[in-house]
Amino acid sequence: MFKQQAVPMIFSQVKQIRIPSINDMLRATALPLIGLVIFLGLWSVMAKNIDTSLGQFPGPAAVWEQATTLIDEHNAQMDKADVFYTRQEERNAARVAQDPTYEPKIRAFTGAPTFFEQIWTSLYTVLVGFVVASLIAIPIGIICGLSKNAYTAINPLIQLFKPVSPLAWLPLVTMVVSAVYVTSDPMFSKSFITSAVTVSLCCLWPTLINTAVGVSSIESDLINVSKVLRLNALSHVTKIVLPSSIPAIFTGLRLSLGIGWMVLIAAEMLAQNPGLGKFVWDEFQNGSSESLARIMVAVLTIGVIGFILDRLMLMLQKQVSWDKSAVLR
Amino acid sequence: MSNKHHLELTQVGIDFPTPKGPFTALQNVNLRIDKGEFISLIGHSGCGKSTVLNIVAGLYQATNGGVILDNQEVNEPGPERAVVFQNHSLLPWLSAYKNVELAVKQTPNGRSKKEIKEWVEHNLELVHMSHAADKLPAEISGGMKQRVGIARALAMEPKVLLMDEPFGALDALTRAHLQDSVMEIHAELGNTVIMITHDVDEAVLLSDRIVMMTNGPAATIGEILPIELARPRNRIELADNPEYNHYRHEVLKFLYEKQRKVESVDEHRKKLAKQNKASSNGASVA
Repeated sequence: MFKQQAVPMIFSQVKQIRIPSINDMLRATALPLIGLVIFLGLWSVMAKNIDTSLGQFPGPAAVWEQATTLIDEHNAQMDKADVFYTRQEERNAARVAQDPTYEPKIRAFTGAPTFFEQIWTSLYTVLVGFVVASLIAIPIGIICGLSKNAYTAINPLIQLFKPVSPLAWLPLVTMVVSAVYVTSDPMFSKSFITSAVTVSLCCLWPTLINTAVGVSSIESDLINVSKVLRLNALSHVTKIVLPSSIPAIFTGLRLSLGIGWMVLIAAEMLAQNPGLGKFVWDEFQNGSSESLARIMVAVLTIGVIGFILDRLMLMLQKQVSWDKSAVLR
Repeated sequence: MSNKHHLELTQVGIDFPTPKGPFTALQNVNLRIDKGEFISLIGHSGCGKSTVLNIVAGLYQATNGGVILDNQEVNEPGPERAVVFQNHSLLPWLSAYKNVELAVKQTPNGRSKKEIKEWVEHNLELVHMSHAADKLPAEISGGMKQRVGIARALAMEPKVLLMDEPFGALDALTRAHLQDSVMEIHAELGNTVIMITHDVDEAVLLSDRIVMMTNGPAATIGEILPIELARPRNRIELADNPEYNHYRHEVLKFLYEKQRKVESVDEHRKKLAKQNKASSNGASVA
């Protein structure tokens, strides 16, 4: 009978492999393209009709031009840095040849950060803030999910702090960081810490709430299994609670990362952390005729990176989720 | 053998707190079960069968009376009273093998790594599931999941095996196969088994005694019917057996005459009509 049972299994697996028809593929590529074309058309028409004190609002063409300029500026800066370092090496080699006891020093290149370096700073800052927030939110979420009393105690605080804007936190965080983080040889700049902490404060909540909900909605049968097996508290959490609430935790993490990325730009503007937020702020203060187009490049970059971060989280979620049949989007 | 019974339920009763005061779900449940006996609990839904099972499992605490297993009072769940749950309750992120392994590792018996592996494989073999050891629960059929659930329970080497409508969610053919497997395993291992069922044929086929419960609230044991059919039992031969049909008749009589719960179609219609009338009169109340 077991072979007989195995046969329908194989059929059911075959059914799942669906070959997308040409029609489907057309729809999947053509419809987004149509949407994009309509958007670009509307954008350029509207841009022509908006005049600002910094000139006409940039249309797609102007933005594209500035995007290439930013890439060129980056390459030029990299070349400059290369030249700077080779010149230093040559000079050091010459001094060592003259005086063998001389210990060569390498000084870092101090040119202004390029657009791509600013992107990198932003990514690094948001990830640090996000990881710190997750390390705090997931354990507290698990405690809230396991114990109704803990949830009742903590829930008002969650509801109180969840809607607070990053801009409200930032002055407080700035002052606290300045007061507390005092070293002669700082490993991180204060602006980085301020931004990362602000990101953490704002992206704690979705992960915390979703983890608590996920943990509290574990099937009661699985909890009974755990009781019958006499699992201790630690194995109960690692073997039953965590795996079964992974989907909910990841929903929270994805929301948190999205919020964190949004908050970061505002935080960087005010904290002057040399990332995308500062780029936008500096361009705004600069007020040249290209500024608006350059800001628009940053806006699109922020959007694309936010999208990529979400897809990465989704991939990670699919990787660790046991329920491969669940539709994740 | 000692005179003492293996498993004793004495004056077991349970109250659940509700906003309107305590609700007595069970009272005065007395049952003595010998080692190796196969007991079925049968009764209408909501009569507290599962509650009895959960009290024996230690998942619920009796308000009155208590349960004694081998001279020890039951007051918490444990692997010596393994439960096979109605909807298998395998951990969906673990393979069949890992599910059974988790149970084996949690049972205190000082097995070496190699012995654990052998014991897990042995139990999967017992339920004829060795071929799907590495499959996740979502990848196997309902009947196969329930087999793994039984293997997991057996692997704990329980003194008492508790089964809560183990085949309730399965189709009739699969159910028959699993019933045969359970009879085989019971003949081989001689576990004490308490099984909840809705199915009269299943109860008569498998049990040494059928415990019939009265309707709640304050449900208790109505009658106990010893089934003295010779083992091994064969469902096809028994279909024509007058003794078998007599037992079936007894159970059916208890359920549908003495403890009738199902209202006749006519009564049901009348009741519905009454309700409709009431709700149309007071439509704004809803």
